[in-house]
Amino acid sequence: MLFKLSMKNVQKSFKDYAIYFITLVLGVAIFYLFNSLDSQEAMLKVSASTKEIIKLMINMLSFLSAFVAVILGLLIVYANNFLIKRRKKEFGIYMTLGMGRRQISKIILLETIFIGVISLIIGLVVGVFGSQFMSIFVGKLFKADMSEFEFVFSKGACIKTCIYFAIMYIAVIFFNAITISRYKLINLLTAIRKNEEVKIKNPILCIIVFLISAVILGYCYYKVTLGITTLNKAEKILPIILMGIISTILVFWSLSGFILKLVQMRKKTYFNGTNIFVLRQINNKINTTVISMSVICLMLFVTITILSTALSLRNSMESAMKEMTPADLNLYKTANLPESETRYGKEVVYSEEAREDSKRSVGESMIDCGFDMSKLKGTVELSIYSIDELNIGVALGEEVMQEAKAKYPMWVYTAPEPIVKISEYNKIAKLYGIEEYSLAENEYIMLCDYDMIQEIRNKSLSLGVKLNINGKEYTPKYKECKAGFVQMNVSHVNTGIILVPDSCDLKEEQREQWFLAANYNADTEEGKEEIEDNFSDSRGSELMKTFKERHILIDGVSKISLIESSLGLTTIILFIGIYLGIIFLIASSAILALKQLTESSDNKQRYVILRKIGCDEKMINSALFKQIGIFFMMPLLLAIIHSIFGIQFGVGVMEALATKEELIPSAVITVIVISIVYGMYFLATYYGSKNIIKEE
Amino acid sequence: MENILEVKNIEKYYGNKSNLTKAIDNISFNVGSGEFIGIMGASGSGKTTLLNCISTIDRVTAGRIIINGKDITKLKGNNLNKFRREELGFIFQDFNLLDTLTCYENIALALTIQKVNVHEIDERVRDVAKKLDIREILNKYPYQVSGGQKQRVASARAIVTNPKLVLADEPTGALDSKSAKQLLETFEALNVKMKATLIMVTHDPFSASYASRILFIKDGKIFNELRKGNDTRKQFFEKIIEVQTLLGGELGDVI
Repeated sequence: MLFKLSMKNVQKSFKDYAIYFITLVLGVAIFYLFNSLDSQEAMLKVSASTKEIIKLMINMLSFLSAFVAVILGLLIVYANNFLIKRRKKEFGIYMTLGMGRRQISKIILLETIFIGVISLIIGLVVGVFGSQFMSIFVGKLFKADMSEFEFVFSKGACIKTCIYFAIMYIAVIFFNAITISRYKLINLLTAIRKNEEVKIKNPILCIIVFLISAVILGYCYYKVTLGITTLNKAEKILPIILMGIISTILVFWSLSGFILKLVQMRKKTYFNGTNIFVLRQINNKINTTVISMSVICLMLFVTITILSTALSLRNSMESAMKEMTPADLNLYKTANLPESETRYGKEVVYSEEAREDSKRSVGESMIDCGFDMSKLKGTVELSIYSIDELNIGVALGEEVMQEAKAKYPMWVYTAPEPIVKISEYNKIAKLYGIEEYSLAENEYIMLCDYDMIQEIRNKSLSLGVKLNINGKEYTPKYKECKAGFVQMNVSHVNTGIILVPDSCDLKEEQREQWFLAANYNADTEEGKEEIEDNFSDSRGSELMKTFKERHILIDGVSKISLIESSLGLTTIILFIGIYLGIIFLIASSAILALKQLTESSDNKQRYVILRKIGCDEKMINSALFKQIGIFFMMPLLLAIIHSIFGIQFGVGVMEALATKEELIPSAVITVIVISIVYGMYFLATYYGSKNIIKEE
Repeated sequence: MENILEVKNIEKYYGNKSNLTKAIDNISFNVGSGEFIGIMGASGSGKTTLLNCISTIDRVTAGRIIINGKDITKLKGNNLNKFRREELGFIFQDFNLLDTLTCYENIALALTIQKVNVHEIDERVRDVAKKLDIREILNKYPYQVSGGQKQRVASARAIVTNPKLVLADEPTGALDSKSAKQLLETFEALNVKMKATLIMVTHDPFSASYASRILFIKDGKIFNELRKGNDTRKQFFEKIIEVQTLLGGELGDVI
């Protein structure tokens, strides 16, 4: 009997359950999706290092899942509480019929299980199908070979999802039992809300508060964008965040009164159709929901910012990487190794063989080890020299160095500056496709692209600091640093290279490093990967083995490895961003929707009155639509305004990593995701409310 | 005198074939322009059903209701809503004022949903407020004013649209006797000064004594009809009591 009653209840109040149901299904689906990545990884053909990164990502995501489960759990308990409250009267009737609390709890238990099982099944189905799209997405991000597509199902993720949600349902049942045990029969039967006293705020106070909070927000916006340079310490950002939160709350506190006053002044709009009712309704509601509106607004703000910065970070990383890695391979080894030296506080002894080899160029060592140099093309070799006396401090000049020391005490001013001959540099610049330079007999050029150091160096260059290299004086050709680099890196980190004329008398023992840059002699990605394998330790390459046997200490970076490692990191950030973003989005939309439904059922009487004084259904529905629409739009609008500035701050913090142009596509994707989830909740709320006020 | 309302042989059944309840069983009457009609009867006698049928909230099973020359039993959907909005005014027992709106706005709302011009709205609201003596409370909220004032605001809302017929369902039911008396005097004034046609459902003989004609309903039929004529209100009241005693039950019921 109880079972039958439960089933009937669920069927009957299906529209009430819609939002609860959507939340559960979305929660289950998202949870499965992000926990099923391990099985998707299997189908991706990617390099070993990428595999490592994907493993790391999976670990982080499953760690995050615990946190997500807590959020979802709270949300489900909250949503369920709403449903129970709506059915007070029904429980009251059960009680008058002599049903005990225990039996009522049993009915609810059965209902929870029923809804839970159905939503779990549907959620898992959605999740499994969604994960197929997810693997295409993941494959694209990691540039995996997707030719062999197969349907994946993660048993582990499925079991994990079931366990986590089972725990959440148990929590729900527990909370329900508590709620029921607290009910008194008289309160249950007279649960219909009476018209309550309406608290009206002073409109003038509202306008003042609104203006003040707008000014505070403006100040915060200014601080995080144009005034970003003053925010160089973490503790300086905290007050800005606090001010932002407080002014958001104040905006919601005063906004409705402000708008009401504004519209009231435009009598034509105010006294038109049901506008009076809609505006008063919103004004009245927002008064009681200031805090939850603010929380929802801030959650949406975080969602939008996370989603769009994470997406654009990834996009811009990718294009920046292409620019920063113009050649396929860099190899280098130290020249003129001593018998032993202290490196990082440790005594390192070099073998005879290693020292002998350090007198040869990288290319020579490779040929000697039997490497077929035709696998490379456009090979360029150069040497980097250094002179002990010509260190950073000297190159900066006394005056600038003192100033710099005060500002950046960590920089090692006694480290010798690297020196490269101009013709050798031009060869590598040609290979890289970057600017080539020319020099007169007694000139030098400083190459540096690291912003902070560039600034200091420019000061000394503008003073025309002269450099003495083996007895000859050189003056700077330019009054500022020029762009350029020898070794590829993921970002601009060249702290300084001195270019000197070929005639410069650099001694053999001043040679510091042998350097080789080249492209792989292959046209396809696969061909390049094959050549890359020659330089990878983990793939058991012959060349690497020989190097080891002969104590040859060649090190290097390749385009492929650089891109993989940095893209891997940004992809992890991206995934975490999307995961949290969507969960926050679901949470805030669900809370908003439930709040709205509660209001609708509390205000049912008001719609009955409207109907009685002659409003037709069309008018009532449009009033309801406007009201819910405005209620949903207000936090979203403020959140969008917040995030326009928040994203710029994010871009500012990441500096070179993301550009504003790249934000547009990611912002578009974010908007699409938000409109789908938010829109779904909006519609569910509208139809749910329509249903509630239609009753009787 | 021209008839504003003609009720012709209406019937209203509830339930199905096996269990049929006749809430209204063949009622006919006419209401002339400017009349103040009271409808009396015990609870369950069908008086509220009758009012609901006249006010187009409920539909009759058989018969015709003609208001101002229009057969409302044939109206459907939006026409029905439009008719209700424009030709009828309602006053309810529990006031049915929107608590979020000021009294002024509550009255204005009845006009705004008819899309009346803004300037005209203000003029008409102030005009009706003057007549019902609620000018001072126009900017207050319903929870700030007394029950009697609330009902006067509700009355103002009902007549501000210049309806052909004002329907009041137990308007004094939630009021204390002093407020009730004030309200009934207001109704009288509306009826006399503004020539409003009123139909009031009540079970209170005192309230009914303000009407010019009273219909007594019992078991879905018109049991009796009483005209005030040239009687004073006191005489009329006594007549009402007499009929009510009769109405209360036949002697046979007791035995």
